[in-house]
Amino acid sequence: MSEAAVQTKDVTPQVSGAPKPVDALQARLDALSLPKGGFTAGARADALARLREMGLPGPRDEYWRYTDPRPFNAPVPQPIPIEAREPDSPLFLDLPRLTLVFVDGAFDAAESDDLSLEGIEIDTLAQADTGADHWAKGLYGVLEASGQNPVKRPFAALNTAAAQDGVLIRVTAKPSRPVHIIHRRAREDADATWHHVIRVEEGAELTLLETGMAGARSNGVIEADLAKGARLHYIAAKRAGHQKLGNAHLFARVAAEAQLKSFALSVNGTLMRHEAFIDITGDDAVAHIAAAVLGDGNVGAFHHDDTVFVTHGAERCESRQVFKKVLKNGAEGVFQGKILVKPGAQKTDGYQISQALLLDERSQFLAKPELEIYADDVQCSHGSTTGALDETALFYLRSRGVPRDRAIVFLVLSFLADALEEIEDEVLRGQINDRLEAWLTRHGNQ
Amino acid sequence: MLKINNLHVKLEEEDKQILKGLSLEVPAGQVHAIMGPNGSGKSTLSYVLSGRDGYEVTEGEATMDGEDLLEMEPEERAAAGLFLAFQYPVEIPGVGNMTFLRTAVNAQRKARGQEEISSGEFLKAIRAKAAELQIDAEMLKRPVNVGFSGGEKKRNEILQMAMLEPRMCIMDETDSGLDVDAMRLVADGVNALRSPDRSFLVITHYQRLLNHIQPDVVHIMSNGRIVKTGGPDLALQVEDEGYGDLLAEAG
Repeated sequence: MSEAAVQTKDVTPQVSGAPKPVDALQARLDALSLPKGGFTAGARADALARLREMGLPGPRDEYWRYTDPRPFNAPVPQPIPIEAREPDSPLFLDLPRLTLVFVDGAFDAAESDDLSLEGIEIDTLAQADTGADHWAKGLYGVLEASGQNPVKRPFAALNTAAAQDGVLIRVTAKPSRPVHIIHRRAREDADATWHHVIRVEEGAELTLLETGMAGARSNGVIEADLAKGARLHYIAAKRAGHQKLGNAHLFARVAAEAQLKSFALSVNGTLMRHEAFIDITGDDAVAHIAAAVLGDGNVGAFHHDDTVFVTHGAERCESRQVFKKVLKNGAEGVFQGKILVKPGAQKTDGYQISQALLLDERSQFLAKPELEIYADDVQCSHGSTTGALDETALFYLRSRGVPRDRAIVFLVLSFLADALEEIEDEVLRGQINDRLEAWLTRHGNQ
Repeated sequence: MLKINNLHVKLEEEDKQILKGLSLEVPAGQVHAIMGPNGSGKSTLSYVLSGRDGYEVTEGEATMDGEDLLEMEPEERAAAGLFLAFQYPVEIPGVGNMTFLRTAVNAQRKARGQEEISSGEFLKAIRAKAAELQIDAEMLKRPVNVGFSGGEKKRNEILQMAMLEPRMCIMDETDSGLDVDAMRLVADGVNALRSPDRSFLVITHYQRLLNHIQPDVVHIMSNGRIVKTGGPDLALQVEDEGYGDLLAEAG
């Protein structure tokens, strides 16, 4: 077992006169309209009970040491003007896909494609939840609940209790097109909460894309259950406004021979926390979680936290965590990543790398990599680096006539390449790469 | 073409004088070789001429066709026609060789007020030149220098040189780490580029490369200065006798 906090940071104590935690939770809940739920009613009640027991996080909580939870704890978010985002070109729009549009977390049927596609069943949560039974009943809130140990994730429990909508996807074959969830904003003060449940049946495959921005504050949960030999490729490119608060959880259960590959691109955002809890339960399974994060403190405060927990509970499984952050002008990045290898999970191959490229001296990266291993025949490694641009490489490019700004874009893309490699599809990877390049070019001269 | 006069350079961080009054002139169309023992300042000279950070010019000047090189950014020097073939070419994962080189060619053209070269034209040109250097087309698609052998990296440098068509080429120990066949390929690439309006400054430890790239003039460098200048025979003399006697003779 090894644990290393590369750098620590003072967290301001709670302001005196702030409501007590219990009152704060009640105020938070009062500001939401909690759906009673149909098939989710039991799960929602259980989640609420879990949440009341664990309470909202405080700055003294071990897993909130580097990220201030108070903006997430506040009953309502600060409104953000609808136009307060960068004029990015849309992603994936020219590709064949099935599109589902959500506006501030609520499904918009008129803007979405027809939900029928061979090899896949798609329902929306709000619609399906009017009934008492659904295939998702055995999963909604279930993976979230099992992801509450050993680390508490109160905002995920809050999400299960409060989710307004989301998508329920059951994949039984290999659908011909990816499913693309697009988020849009409508209200300046929206507090968007959505909850997706994905079940990929034995031998089935799905590529799931999720892009756009919802709410002034968002709380998104995905519960993904991969049966034997199933494949799920999840690519998220959330477009955050500069003042945006966002909290996302991915809970995945990966059965034997199944493959999960997840890649998330994040740019901008005042306070973003992305948690992943991956439970590998069957032999010979593979789980890769990757992220590329770009933050520029000049266009608004930037703080991005990736908190990842991978559990190996079976033999000969492989996990990879590849997290890369590019930070400039006082941007802050956090990575907390853990690999837990349970007794008997022999021949585990666990790998974790978190790296930050700091483009100036004001930015900072805080990393806490952890390994906890209870099996004796495993291969696990973790690494974390924080560095500046490679001056030799920069000179090499410039000596060929590439202007400095352009050379920096090349080197940043080079730094991020390992994370992008986790996107299998070349066309999707190319579009993500173009999006990164465009952002870097826009933010080059500051 | 290249004129260096009384150049004094020190390392910024260490306050250590490396070049101590170096003077040199390479006329258009000529190949000059610089030889010298380790630590004489050969690589520093190539870096200072191409504009690497970390060096401070305390005295003297360097011009290319009368233009002050030392005032320019590295990319401006490149656009003006200067090229440095690196002793240790840099690996850049995630950036395609072809993308990088096309960006460089077009950035230089733009800086010179020329039109950008089209993808089709570029592709045609690079394929032809790669074939001459026996560079596999697959290598062009790979990230810059990643997974290349020592010889492939050096050939890639020459390919860049051929595509960028500089007027003044500086080669920093391009022969280091090359076997005989690879050296011949590199030399053939360089010889193919020789022309009346293109000059070369070839920095090397050994005379061997100069068997393949015939220099017009050979300079011996020691302790930050040129201490002796002569014809191709001077390189042979170094090979036979070592630097000891030459340097003693030069005082």
